[in-house]
Amino acid sequence: MTIIRISDDALARACGADELAAAFARKGHEIQRVSSWGMHWLEPLVEIDGKGFGPATLADIDAILDGSSGLAIGTIADHPFIASQQRLTFARAGKTRPLNLEDYEATGGWAGLRRARLIGSDAIIEELLASGLRGRGGAGFPAGIKWKTVAGATADQKYIVCNADEGDSATFADRMVMEGDPFQLIEGMAIAGEAVGASKGYVYIRSEYPDAIAKMQAAARISAQIVAPFVVEIRVGAGAYVCGEETSLLNSLEGKRGEVRAKPPLPALKGLFGKPTVVNNVLTLTAVPHILTGGGAAAYAELGMGRSKGTMPIQLAGNIRHGGLYETAFGITLGELVNDIGGGTASGRPVKAVQVGGPLGAYLHPDQFDIPFDYEAYAAVDALIGHAGLTVFDDTADLRAMARFAMEFCAAESCGKCTPCRIGSTRGVELIDRIATGGRVLAGVETAPQMHNMPKQGRSQDDEIQLLEDLCDTMKFGSLCALGGFTPYPVMSALKHWPDDFRK
Amino acid sequence: MSREQKLSEIIADHSGREGPLIPILHDVQEEFGCVDEEAEQAIAAALNLTRAEVHGVVSFYHDFKPKADPRPVVQICRAESCKSRGVEALIADAEQAAGARVKLHTVYCLGLCSSGPNARVGDRLHARLDSAALVKLIENA
Ligand code: SF4
Ligand code: FES
Repeated sequence: MTIIRISDDALARACGADELAAAFARKGHEIQRVSSWGMHWLEPLVEIDGKGFGPATLADIDAILDGSSGLAIGTIADHPFIASQQRLTFARAGKTRPLNLEDYEATGGWAGLRRARLIGSDAIIEELLASGLRGRGGAGFPAGIKWKTVAGATADQKYIVCNADEGDSATFADRMVMEGDPFQLIEGMAIAGEAVGASKGYVYIRSEYPDAIAKMQAAARISAQIVAPFVVEIRVGAGAYVCGEETSLLNSLEGKRGEVRAKPPLPALKGLFGKPTVVNNVLTLTAVPHILTGGGAAAYAELGMGRSKGTMPIQLAGNIRHGGLYETAFGITLGELVNDIGGGTASGRPVKAVQVGGPLGAYLHPDQFDIPFDYEAYAAVDALIGHAGLTVFDDTADLRAMARFAMEFCAAESCGKCTPCRIGSTRGVELIDRIATGGRVLAGVETAPQMHNMPKQGRSQDDEIQLLEDLCDTMKFGSLCALGGFTPYPVMSALKHWPDDFRK
Repeated sequence: MSREQKLSEIIADHSGREGPLIPILHDVQEEFGCVDEEAEQAIAAALNLTRAEVHGVVSFYHDFKPKADPRPVVQICRAESCKSRGVEALIADAEQAAGARVKLHTVYCLGLCSSGPNARVGDRLHARLDSAALVKLIENA
């Protein structure tokens, strides 16, 4: 009998891990379901005595067992994709059983919380500030400052809200944390509760993540005694992208439409049910236990570059050969990520574009591959790091179609609160369609005599492109939240770097 | 148990919870396949809200349906990463396989973006689909 380790991460399961595990079990072997190492192109990855085989199918079982399989990748921990990373948040990935308390404890689990309870609120916040940790959800706001504000507020009740509404394409790090290392998130939340004086925490998970929901519910139950008196409750979203925006998430938790709230008041002072609330992303909260133990705040701050401190779990997605999760310190270049680590495109064709930061992120051109991964460096070229998801496109991609999709997505998901986003996105789709057909001709309803303010003449393709730029400007500066405000990034970057896709 | 009883039982299950509306709506949707007018009314009465308030919430979220649809649902991701891996080329075949029997539903990201195109049937996810695999999924739905 051999001990066989196979991930039960949603991606591994979607690639057949359950069937594989059952087949090994039928042959009398002991199966351990672990978290995923993050080498997605190798899932389902079978691990025996530290050695890996993947991507494995039912037909490979015998060859894997007798050691003759051509899928062997050698010792997993030594694989260049793993060995070249700096893993803090994902230090346990591949190594532990997600819901096993002994595994968690044996790998340093709860040490951060124990220390937090020893040193108390002020000292926790001091360390968080010293670490330089910035919110990993996209905006990059310093986490310590947020916590300090909530700690300083007086109220009978405060809340910790974990934003696990990871709706961006090319992002799956939150999902992998919740499915692979759920106690680490709960520990981070309990530490936050300790720091600011909150007794209750909510994890708001999108409904598109059934596996993560089940894991977090189980983890909250199993760890209830350990984190008590802090209480964690899991809430499930209802299919609204905009609920990833912190204030609409709060509305949704309260049982309202997920409309964005104007700020101020800051959620830190008037958040959930009007009480002071810490709203942090999954990755922000899971970085906390490590900062409080590990090498401590100073060691954390030493990683990274400029004002971007520590490590970032980067998600390699789209048309990429070696897709998966790659955690490393800030400062690595886009070209290294796509070509060296990701191995170029999965299709083998040249890379045309890389969208960084999800559906609201800019499309970057291979000419920009030397840009280092750093919040400020990205902002300088009108791009975003966002949640650090990379979608690679090969040369068959049509960037006009992608720009149109960005507008379409914004129209579908707009909460409707403000005009530039609600109406601008729909007009944006129409405008891009008119660009595609060469401009606007006067015909049909537009020449109807009762339309007094109808256009007096047609518009050329260039006129329409100019209009699209104006529209993007209006959306960027006139929208209340990131959905309407950032949709111009993919559109404008597509227009800027691939003008031929629009003019053809 | 009558529908009415079942409704009040679901609502009672969540009493004492902070902000119970969305969890209630999830359970109602799960039980009846939709959140219809009758359910909205009952929930509004129980939570001391107006029906318009409840309806406003129900209609805001993609997950809640005003009418039950007995057809099996196959969710296909058509967000950027799945697009970059060729999902659009599979749609025509998928539509043909679905016909009027299966409901195809577009979603924007299932979180398996490194291994698309991806789809979801019930709580089961499926990655690395090609046309044949997707068609088979739809036929078996
Ligand atoms: S930008 Fe769009 S999603 Fe954001 S508040 Fe305005 S309408 Fe709502
Ligand atoms: S983009 Fe399709 S699963 Fe994420």
